[in-house]
Amino acid sequence: MSTLSQRTIDAIRSNESQLLASWSVNLEASGASRDTRIGHSEFEGQTREFLRLLVAGSATGDTGSVASNEWSETRAFLEKLSRSRALQGFDSAHTAHFIFSLKRPLFDLLQKEYATDPAELANQLWAISEMLDTLGMHTIRTFQKSREEVIARQQEELLELSTPVVKLWDGVLALPMIGTLDSQRTQVVMESLLQRIVDTGSEIAIIDITGVPTVDTLVAQHLLKTVTAIRLMGADAIISGVRPQIAQTIVHLGLDLQGIVTKANLADALALALKRSGYQVGKAS
Amino acid sequence: MRPERTGSQPVRSEQDVVLARQVARKLAVECGLRLVDQTKLVTAASELARNTVIYGGGGDMDWEVVEEGSRKGLRLVFRDEGPGIADVKLAMTDGWTSGNGLGLGLTGTRRLVDEFSLESAPGVGTRVTICKWN
Repeated sequence: MSTLSQRTIDAIRSNESQLLASWSVNLEASGASRDTRIGHSEFEGQTREFLRLLVAGSATGDTGSVASNEWSETRAFLEKLSRSRALQGFDSAHTAHFIFSLKRPLFDLLQKEYATDPAELANQLWAISEMLDTLGMHTIRTFQKSREEVIARQQEELLELSTPVVKLWDGVLALPMIGTLDSQRTQVVMESLLQRIVDTGSEIAIIDITGVPTVDTLVAQHLLKTVTAIRLMGADAIISGVRPQIAQTIVHLGLDLQGIVTKANLADALALALKRSGYQVGKAS
Repeated sequence: MRPERTGSQPVRSEQDVVLARQVARKLAVECGLRLVDQTKLVTAASELARNTVIYGGGGDMDWEVVEEGSRKGLRLVFRDEGPGIADVKLAMTDGWTSGNGLGLGLTGTRRLVDEFSLESAPGVGTRVTICKWN
């Protein structure tokens, strides 16, 4: 358990502008404040605010436990900071450096203040070091968490994006599938396709697997289930985009796709769908 | 036949199945496999990797680029320390599954590759080796 002495806090308070100046120099040396993604005044505001919170926190709280209530404001500030840094695309080292680069100016200040009292100097240095380290760690943790949130959100978005159901013609829907077909995605795909069949009253659904690189037994099983569900709803399914290498692989795997209409490409599938719906396509003479 | 390059890849989750597939595809291209053979090998790797995750409770994929005379090939070993297969003969029957798949993974894989061997002991684990030559 270590706390900053009143003398240290007073010293920080009275030398605030000087501290800020040398901190900015340190940050600038690392190139952090020159980045165009953060404005100069914004950066200055952040350093000033952090120092103020640091003094306020250390005046009441224990430097070793930033999890305590006294530090809640400081924590909130750092969380906001690292979240915005994560969104702006900075790496975690940059964000942590924001805090760690304050060490040098603070140490210099303490050295001057306690020049005659080495025992107290060591004590206070330890307290400050411990405090900045834990705050830095907290920042990195928050940074990582917000990055993970960004990734999770993108995954969700990808899931949504990758399942567009397109209306090709009156009564003809197409579902271009792209990438890996795992159970979760198939579920999303199937749901949105079946719903669109109801909404549009479509009679034919084309599932295009041109963008699916590997068709193994699990993918085939998912496709079969989707086709069965489409049929149960009274519509017909056509699978298109069966490339030569996929066709040969399916044969060797021993998959039974008999009874399912398949076509090599989407154009053929659309032509078949139009024919079945009674349309005739020809050149206007 | 001398091993040229070897490596290993963990296969523990659904995501790892995708990664294993990508590794297999990259290596298959390097070995000069034709597109059809690439696709066959990648599909085989996908089946075995998924078996490793679902039935074996996770394991590893070891790969090895092998050479024999002027031929180059890719050997993949999927090993896990799961419950093992009690009846290997039954497991190698088309349409039989202990889970809820199509029951074509193992037998289909055997038809997709040039060499196939399966070793399994209940309680010890399973080891499937496949090889595809160009």
